[in-house]
Amino acid sequence: MNRIQTKLQEDKKLLSIYFSAGYPSLNDTVKIIQNLEKSGVDMIEIGLPFSDPLADGPTIQASSTQALKNGMTTDVLFKQLKGIRKTVSIPLIIMGYFNPMLQYGVEAFCKTCQEIGIDGLIIPDLPVDVYNQEYKTIFEKYGLINVFLITPQTSIDRINFIDSISNGFIYMVSSASVTGNSSGFGKEQTDYFKRIASMNLKNPQIVGFGINNHTTFTQATEYAKGAIIGSAFIKHLTNGNIDTINAFTDNILKV
Amino acid sequence: MTYNINDKGYYGEFGGAYIPEMLYPNVEELRQNYLKIMEQPSFKREFDLLLKDYVGRPSPLYFAKRLSKKYNTKIYLKREDLNHTGAHKVNNTIGQILMAQRLGKKRIIAETGAGQHGVATATVCALMGMECIVYMGEIDIARQAPNVARMKMLGAKVVPALSGSRTLKDATNEAIRDWINNPLDTHYIIGSVVGPHPYPDMVARFQAVVSEEIQWQLQDKEGKATPDYVIACVGGGSNAAGAFYHYLDNTNVKLIAVEAAGKGIHSGESAATSILGKEGIIHGSKTLLMQTDDGQITEPYSISAGLDYPGVGPMHAHLYKSGRAEFVSITDDEAMTAGLELSQLEGIIPAIETSHALAIFNQKKFKEDNIVVINLSGRGDKDLQNYIDHFKL
Repeated sequence: MNRIQTKLQEDKKLLSIYFSAGYPSLNDTVKIIQNLEKSGVDMIEIGLPFSDPLADGPTIQASSTQALKNGMTTDVLFKQLKGIRKTVSIPLIIMGYFNPMLQYGVEAFCKTCQEIGIDGLIIPDLPVDVYNQEYKTIFEKYGLINVFLITPQTSIDRINFIDSISNGFIYMVSSASVTGNSSGFGKEQTDYFKRIASMNLKNPQIVGFGINNHTTFTQATEYAKGAIIGSAFIKHLTNGNIDTINAFTDNILKV
Repeated sequence: MTYNINDKGYYGEFGGAYIPEMLYPNVEELRQNYLKIMEQPSFKREFDLLLKDYVGRPSPLYFAKRLSKKYNTKIYLKREDLNHTGAHKVNNTIGQILMAQRLGKKRIIAETGAGQHGVATATVCALMGMECIVYMGEIDIARQAPNVARMKMLGAKVVPALSGSRTLKDATNEAIRDWINNPLDTHYIIGSVVGPHPYPDMVARFQAVVSEEIQWQLQDKEGKATPDYVIACVGGGSNAAGAFYHYLDNTNVKLIAVEAAGKGIHSGESAATSILGKEGIIHGSKTLLMQTDDGQITEPYSISAGLDYPGVGPMHAHLYKSGRAEFVSITDDEAMTAGLELSQLEGIIPAIETSHALAIFNQKKFKEDNIVVINLSGRGDKDLQNYIDHFKL
């Protein structure tokens, strides 16, 4: 069983953290992953930086741009992650846009992910239909779980289709927004969380976009299995340093 | 074999809709409706009437006598420069604003590089009384002040794109992000045959009026609807798509797409995507684009702000790969010289984009009895300062 699937069976609400690999400094990647695990985070999304991140707001754009300036590339990231499984056991997901993976070669990319011990991928601009027709068998061959997004505008039919293709969790985008827009969750969002929960999908849902503190984490996980924090964590890295990750996680979980 | 789009939204292997799920409902709504709407008699009537009375179509097909004499062939210029707002761009914005109205949208967003598409969008929004937000790279805002002023005068809000390289590709990213943030009431008017399906096809169909007119105009003048060559400049490729459209599957008509070589194809400052680009994904479309080995999109260069897009529409990627169209690259200097030449031989000051297409005559010889149609996609008023600086006029 894939580490993601095992983790999803734990009887707790999951906290997943996203960060841009190579930010703030090129060689911070492994240290950040290790510190996140030590701080009690359940799952990590390692962002593969891209020059044109369409679905991301200013915070992740800026960290992505800085990571590229620092010299991050697909090859560098894979080199940094080689051996990561000696020290880290929580699920690791690579999140990135499709073009860099396409240039690396989708099969070569997946193969390297498996060798490193990556458990899944999130590729916002690889549509579920294209994945299903062209890439599913490759991902499965290398034991990778591909995670798809749904939004408040996604139709019921499409959610059911996405559920049928998925074998890990569904990434539930909290509102019609790019990443990093957050002013708390209102009735509209909680109604949407409830509506999706009531569909009793085969895959658990993890909420992302707009979660930045204990309150939003609690709201998001009331109906979902877990929540993902990206921009707020990157702001923490920008303002603080990678040795105070503990404090960030504590503050979200209020332990 | 057809060179047009297939029912899955691809030109050969290029095209498709590689978009985040957040955009899926918007793009899918458009995909399901655009052909139906375009086929409605009321849509056709309104589109045709506006093209006639507001844009000033049909644009003339002008036999360029002195230019023809100089290059010893028969050269016709399709005068898109005479359209309202000064370029072919308005054909598309008229079509898309009518589309947006029929989809019940209240708010229009657009990206612009040089500002021509921004002006054409602001114009139709004023015409229809719709809110208009144009994203423009911060650097382009500084370079293209007159067009920024035009958009503002027309009532549009011009929002600077501050991310990435702060030019056209980043303005496009910002427009896409706006659409993600406003999925219900907003229509995104893309300015070229780029972006996710159905945009390349929809924009090509709106621009197809160019070759539709060339057919009957040439029939009148030459007794046949088909020229030997159709030539157009290509950035994203909308004017070329319009000029090629009705000739795509008639291989007796040779198609030539002219790209901007900038300071030279291998100078590091170029926009010759067919040569420098590789297959990949940009703005939701699988096509040829300029990128690093690592798949990061790079910044192109051309003296012409309308040609410095790092990708090319998927139709053109297919025309290139299949060999249906010949791709030629023209440097800044060659283009500027051709622009000056047209001004002095025919009394027409072309946009620098168009000057690239006109420079073909110094690269390629045509036969005396060849009929060569060049799409004169825009007028040069916006480029005067560039011409003045270049020639020290």
